[in-house]
Amino acid sequence: MLDINRLKVDVAGKRVLDDINLKIDKGEVFVLFGPNGSGKSTLLKIIMGFYGYELVEGSIVFKGNDIVGRKVEERVKNGIGIMYQHPPSVTGVKLRQIAQRLTDDENKINEWAEKLELTEHLDRDINVGFSGGEMKRSELFQLMLQEPDLLLLDEPESGVDLENISIMGKVLNGYLSHPDKSALIITHTGYILDYVKGKKGSVLMDNRLWCVGEPKEMFDSIRRSGYEKCKGCVCPQKG
Amino acid sequence: MSSKGLDARFSTEDKEKIIAAGMDLTNDTRKGTFVQEDSDTIVSESFTKDVEILSVKEAAEKISDFQEYWGKAFDAIGKEYDEETDGGYFIRVKAGAKVEMPIQACMFIKKQGITQKVHNVIIIEPGASVYLITGCASAKAAKESAHLGLSEFYVKAGGYLNFTMIHSWDNDVVVKPMSAALVEEGASFISNYICLDPVKDIKMYPTAVLRGERARASFNSLIVSHEGTLQDIGSRVIFQASNTQAEIVSRVVSLGGKIVARGHLNACADKVKAHLECRGLILSERGNIHAIPELETGFRDVDMSHEAAIGKISKEEIEYLCSRGITEEEAQSIIIRGFMDVDILGLPEIIKNEVKKIEEKTLREGL
Ligand SMILES: Nc1ncnc2c1ncn2[C@@H]1O[C@H](COP(=O)(O)OP(=O)(O)OP(=O)(O)O)[C@@H](O)[C@H]1O
Ligand SMILES: [Mg+2]
Repeated sequence: MLDINRLKVDVAGKRVLDDINLKIDKGEVFVLFGPNGSGKSTLLKIIMGFYGYELVEGSIVFKGNDIVGRKVEERVKNGIGIMYQHPPSVTGVKLRQIAQRLTDDENKINEWAEKLELTEHLDRDINVGFSGGEMKRSELFQLMLQEPDLLLLDEPESGVDLENISIMGKVLNGYLSHPDKSALIITHTGYILDYVKGKKGSVLMDNRLWCVGEPKEMFDSIRRSGYEKCKGCVCPQKG
Repeated sequence: MSSKGLDARFSTEDKEKIIAAGMDLTNDTRKGTFVQEDSDTIVSESFTKDVEILSVKEAAEKISDFQEYWGKAFDAIGKEYDEETDGGYFIRVKAGAKVEMPIQACMFIKKQGITQKVHNVIIIEPGASVYLITGCASAKAAKESAHLGLSEFYVKAGGYLNFTMIHSWDNDVVVKPMSAALVEEGASFISNYICLDPVKDIKMYPTAVLRGERARASFNSLIVSHEGTLQDIGSRVIFQASNTQAEIVSRVVSLGGKIVARGHLNACADKVKAHLECRGLILSERGNIHAIPELETGFRDVDMSHEAAIGKISKEEIEYLCSRGITEEEAQSIIIRGFMDVDILGLPEIIKNEVKKIEEKTLREGL
């Protein structure tokens, strides 16, 4: 599904990712850990092709094609979908407008809106005055309408209360139980792992990925001994 | 001529321009219609006894107190006006009448190289209320033409006038309207201006004078400036009585043209509440927006404020829409359409949806 090789990325003239190698198979969920500012969001943004993230070296192969240089919307049409960590507010553009661009099926819009408690938000300017949790639900809502093959989830549960984590977690688990759907999930709290079964996990630190392992075990070990321990991990990633 | 068959009178091409200026040629949703083409009155007809609609020529003969109004609003603001005009409408709403559906007036330029000079008089008698949509448009063939429009508004005590003017010109038409409104005690004057199509040069500075307590005025505009255009557009409110209020709100987008967005609030009395807001987007390196907000008063007990902000569309917002599969050009167009928010206009529901549709169509085709 996704194959990243020897990826180097600069942001604002600074090297943020150095020699990243990452492979996600069809149907696989990959979990990414790492301290604040280590470059996790940057990795998702370079996969999307966002402005200001400069790919210095390496390749990003999605469904067999190198997508480096492709426009954002082409990548999306190809089947990549992102859930922003901090989505921007867009004054004058309603959530419903975006929903209608993602699907022609009004029933589907209404059903998902109801399930994610966003019915009233449909006619509000997107993210304008949305609470933290509402933003995350709205991001998930849009993804469910988009139906991408690869979900890039940037801290889906941060700022979300436990009840809503449960709703969102179940939705994601349902979606990802499909054998063709894959995901790359960033998490600090690990809550999402109670709902979504990740196959592999890794830690991003000092511009690179350190080890690959079973995500829940890794998360427990990070919680016990912190991120630094990962550098001495017995399963370092092959460079 | 009566308004029947009005629809069939115009060619498909002209009709498109006229409809883009807000006219309903079937008249189904109107209580009165006035149409002038070049200097000829095509229709002046009211569908209610509460509203008189005449050409000014006819009004000068038939209306006994006509001279009490003619030119008087311009005199009141000390503006000289061109005496030599050729056409225009006289609309008067009877005291206490609440006209539920809009009245419409259309100034259409058909011929090439002509100057259409009109002088309009609108009188809202005490306690009356009306929505007036004025559409100004030019045929595609009307090259190098000009439109000079004088409008006088008299909104008497407790009256309400909601005036919406939509311009749909072409890139070689020069437009110089001049308007003055006298707003009496407890009356409201709402003026909405929409100009989304190309034009060569527009200069206007409509002025409202609040002459009685609790009088209100509001000027709202949505303006798109195309390459090669100069739009010098302002609004002025003079507060001559206490406890009056007004606001001037504009949204301007430059696609390459120059916009001067002026606003002047002048409080000559106390207890005035006034606000001026201008927001602009520049989308082309050749574009230019100059916001000139002015607040003026010699009184301490006033509440006057202004805010102006000019910028470009944030890259992040465009990218956000792209991340939902929308192309960059489309994302930009969606954001501009959102920015040109019809809700800033003081429009009642019945007109709002019409204007929204016109805006959607014009911007979809024009951006
Ligand atoms: N547009 C930008 N301009 C300047 N610096 C940036 C930009 N985007 C990211 N950075 C910097 O790159 C580094 C990595 O940021 P990134 O957002 O990828 O971190 P993260 O791992 O997602 O952190 P967090 O856990 O806090 O979300 C940080 O030092 C950040 O300040
Ligand atoms: Mg991040």
